Amino acid sequence: MSNTIEQIANQEYKYGFVTDIESDVAPPGLNEDIVRLISAKKDEPEWLLQWRLRSFRQWLTMKEPTWANVHYPPIDYQASRYYSAPKQKRALNSLDEVDPELRRTFEKLGISLEEQKRLSGVAVDAVFDSVSVATTFRVELAKLGIIFCSFSEAVREHPDLVRKYLGSVVPYTDNFFATLNSAVFSDGSFCYIPKGVRCPMELSTYFRINTAGTGQFERTLIIADEGAYVSYLEGCTAPMRDENQLHAAVVELVALDGATIKYSTVQNWYPGDKEGKGGIYNFVTKRGKAFKGSKISWTQVETGSAITWKYPSCILQGDDSVGEFYSVALTNNYQQADTGTKMIHIGKNTRSTIVSKGISAGHGQQTYRGAVKILKSAVDARNYSQCDSLLLGDKCGAHTFPYIEVRNPSARMEHEASTSKIGEDQLFYCQQRGISAEDAVSMIVNGFCREVFRELPMEFAVEAQKLLSVSLEGSVG
Amino acid sequence: MLEIKNLHAGIDGKEILHGLTLSVGTGEVHAIMGPNGSGKSTLANVLAGRPRYSVTAGSVTYEGKDLLSMPVEERAREGVFLAMQYPVEIPGVNNIYFLKAALNSVRKHRGEEELDALEFLQLARQKMKVVDLDEAFMNRAVNEGFSGGEKKRNEIFQMAVLDPKLAILDETDSGLDIDALRIVAGGVNALRSEKHSVLVITHYQRLLSYLIPDFVHVLANGRIVKSGGKELAEELEQKGYEWIEQEVAAGA
Amino acid sequence: MKAAVNSAPATEVLQRIREQAGQRFAQLGWPTTHLEEWQYTNLQPLQSRFEAGAFREAPCRTGFPACPEEDRLESLSYTGGTLRGALAELVFVNGVYAPEASTFAGSSVPRVPRGSSGRAVPETEEPEEPRNRGLRIWTLREAPLEILEQHFARYADYANHAMTALNTANAEDGAVVEVTGVVEGFVHLLFVGSAGFQSYPRNLVIAGRGAQIAVVETYAGSGSYFTNAVTEIVAGDGAVVDHYKLESESLEAFHIGTVHVHQERASSVTSRSISIGGGVVRNDVSVSLAGEGASLVLDGLFITAGTQHVDNHTLIDHVVPHCDSIELYKGVLDGNSRGIFDGRIIVRPDAQKTVSRQNNKNLLLSDTAIVDSKPTLEISNDDVKCNHGSTIGQLEEEPLFYLRSRGIGESEARDMLVYAFASEIVDRMKLEPVREQIRRAMSRQMPRGGEQR
Repeated sequence: MSNTIEQIANQEYKYGFVTDIESDVAPPGLNEDIVRLISAKKDEPEWLLQWRLRSFRQWLTMKEPTWANVHYPPIDYQASRYYSAPKQKRALNSLDEVDPELRRTFEKLGISLEEQKRLSGVAVDAVFDSVSVATTFRVELAKLGIIFCSFSEAVREHPDLVRKYLGSVVPYTDNFFATLNSAVFSDGSFCYIPKGVRCPMELSTYFRINTAGTGQFERTLIIADEGAYVSYLEGCTAPMRDENQLHAAVVELVALDGATIKYSTVQNWYPGDKEGKGGIYNFVTKRGKAFKGSKISWTQVETGSAITWKYPSCILQGDDSVGEFYSVALTNNYQQADTGTKMIHIGKNTRSTIVSKGISAGHGQQTYRGAVKILKSAVDARNYSQCDSLLLGDKCGAHTFPYIEVRNPSARMEHEASTSKIGEDQLFYCQQRGISAEDAVSMIVNGFCREVFRELPMEFAVEAQKLLSVSLEGSVG
Repeated sequence: MLEIKNLHAGIDGKEILHGLTLSVGTGEVHAIMGPNGSGKSTLANVLAGRPRYSVTAGSVTYEGKDLLSMPVEERAREGVFLAMQYPVEIPGVNNIYFLKAALNSVRKHRGEEELDALEFLQLARQKMKVVDLDEAFMNRAVNEGFSGGEKKRNEIFQMAVLDPKLAILDETDSGLDIDALRIVAGGVNALRSEKHSVLVITHYQRLLSYLIPDFVHVLANGRIVKSGGKELAEELEQKGYEWIEQEVAAGA
Repeated sequence: MKAAVNSAPATEVLQRIREQAGQRFAQLGWPTTHLEEWQYTNLQPLQSRFEAGAFREAPCRTGFPACPEEDRLESLSYTGGTLRGALAELVFVNGVYAPEASTFAGSSVPRVPRGSSGRAVPETEEPEEPRNRGLRIWTLREAPLEILEQHFARYADYANHAMTALNTANAEDGAVVEVTGVVEGFVHLLFVGSAGFQSYPRNLVIAGRGAQIAVVETYAGSGSYFTNAVTEIVAGDGAVVDHYKLESESLEAFHIGTVHVHQERASSVTSRSISIGGGVVRNDVSVSLAGEGASLVLDGLFITAGTQHVDNHTLIDHVVPHCDSIELYKGVLDGNSRGIFDGRIIVRPDAQKTVSRQNNKNLLLSDTAIVDSKPTLEISNDDVKCNHGSTIGQLEEEPLFYLRSRGIGESEARDMLVYAFASEIVDRMKLEPVREQIRRAMSRQMPRGGEQR
């Protein structure tokens, strides 16, 4: 019976293959020349190069943060490569020109780059190592004035928008990993939804790390203009390797007056093997700024990575703005996650909701770290926080650190936290009522995550549920 | 229905039952009483197949089959129900959903058709009345936020829905006030028929005033040391367990 | 052992413990806000009045002359009198038993004679139903020595808590309730204070193996006085205890009360602390879950207005495996009042399979009311299920708007919503007369909403 719990910890990683493709890679190491090289590879304007260099110089003065409850050997930032791109024709005239090997890779990952096989209306930007290789449905979206393209392309085609908003939510001085990203980011997605437009399909970026010894540093910028609406999805995988690979992304969201941005992530980077060897180090800075009457909603399902360090946050700047954070994080084997959110209430009548569900199995260690700040100016602010941990077996751990800072007495705060353990007793109870151990665990895990899953767009909810149930396959002895 | 012969069993390698023999006929209600540590809960857990409990000798035959060789859920599906001493919380799984899954797995095993949500709800509502549980409880996670007494009533509710052939009540009466005790007894009495057998494991005589057993057994040091009718329970209540221990010592 | 005991008057046992507690209080002194446990409540005003002799002890320290009639009547009329349907109702005026105001089983009886074995409540004539068997009640000074020796001051810790020490040092009277069978009714202990007095009610409730009892304590009065009460409750193996403490003191009174519950194997205790009155109130409720399978429900409700100050401290100590505790405290604060909930749950290293749930919800009705909510969990064991939460908020705009849009006046609508908030605690009380009493007390504070149901 306790085998069932162990077997959950022993799930297979299905996305661990490597694509054999010739790549254009930068030599390992990090210095100003590498920063210049990345900028040159992308034909960037001078202002962006200077921004990168300022970031790099800032980074040199910073120390890696140690407050998070994650433990890993020191990272040698000089050993990693900061640029890798599959060799292909410079400019693609149509999606048909995407390298068939790449196309097969994404298909194997369940991401079709063919518009005919559209996944019930999802436009995809596929990012392979450092570059975006394809973006679907661009023409259709352009008809509505929606810009959805790779970040590099946005720099070329829409420099004013990029210049106006880049670093406006996460300044290049923000934190060690965000500053590193600002210096060396390679590609990512850009999207702009014009005033009053409701984006008719889900926009999605699929990130794939392929080349060994490469770090991925993507940058995503989403701007929803006044009254606009967009739902954006992000998925990630990487091959199985014994070494650890670094992923340090930055995501900036700008929701102008009355806009809504819904940002969903299913993160399934390679978590390392059963002994904790290999896996992605995932250090991500995600933040949104919400103007008057706007809403930013983060939903994340984090099942991968050896280490996850991630706090999608909302700056509720405008009056009546709303921030939400729904999260399921699973740590297995020797995975570690320190994740949570920050809700900063500045405007009047701002509201935030935090629902965090942590599942730890195997030797997994997990920390919820959440901050809710109600500033003096935030009259009638409201927050609801719920933070639940589920332990599968007795070798894993869960820790909760809620920070609450209230500077305005009209605030209405609700906080709930729980820790439950699924052990022999719970399984025995279910089995004694005639339910098999496998069904019992799946019932418990899905029931536990229900509140978060229902926030995900349909396709993602199915995928997320699959990700968590994969772990149960073949677990009946 | 149930034949226990010379059962030696224990937990984590420590033998607690030293050759227990008991026969429960179809339609009978047996009460097993005894002081703390006499092996009452071990017996219940061994019959249900709780992990970490192991049987070193003896046999248990249930409806002619070897009970001990069946996995836990098969025993349940064959109609063995254990109302637990400490019902656990199952987070995230709501009560009604849980019970429907349980009932349908039992029905499937019996070759009966599974109940759909509506049919199930009808049945559940009807049984809920028996145990006087509020319907609001049904939509909460299993046992989550239930007080001690509510958990015990929930066990009886589950029993009423699953309609087992052999119900084992492991100290279901502990910590219950007199109203809840009547409800529990009412639930068990409702199950009583010539097809159902009940094994009531209890520390106190209280429950037995409402749930008149056909036989009362006294368990001490892992063996049944005295058996009798319902008057034995009253005698025990008056004289205490020391009386049995003295009597056994005298007889030995 | 027992033979020797019988010859010694109970007061000697009490006297010995009293002296020890008195010495302890002298060492500990009055609590100050420098102590973590007292950071929210400043007893300085009480202490200086106390030391200036503002409170005298009731004139009847020995023997039983009646207390000043006018004080008693005034007090009783303030509380709305007695509770309907009590099996026994013991009234204490300024801490001293008032036999003429007390009843047993609905009929007025004289006080329990000195040295007797207590007064048994008549058993009903239903042999199949083991009702009301084995209930015995004494005043503290009449209680049998063996009970006092075994239980008195064994649970409420006077060595470390100054106010418990002060009570123990001065404890003269109170009720001792012992139950050995199943009692389906309830016992009511009514403590009435009047201006210028200090009193030290001291109660002991002992529920034996498999026994069942409900006990209600009510504290009320008029004028400025000081009540320092301690109640010890012992729930034996498999016992079921339903306990209520209604603090409805005068708005000028000081009330410092301690309830300590000790639970043995498979016992089940529900204890509810309701604070509606009092000027400065401190409630300490501590429970030790010392026997496997013990189950606890701890509820609290505090409704404050004006300049009231109500400080609730609770401590639930999970000592052994397989115990459950569910705690819910709700506060409603208006005017310039201040309320505190400081709830500690300790799960000891051996207490595996503990299930503990703690919640504190507060409703602020004015901009100047203050509430401090401090739920804390100290868990030294990883095989537990613990959950805690805390809410501070104002009345919601929308339901208020909805009610008003149906023609209900604003203040009435507010009262209805406040009443609804509080009723979660009130509605789950088993004793209807107590629910009624609380509704009456609430309706004095919320004249328009309280009588809606």
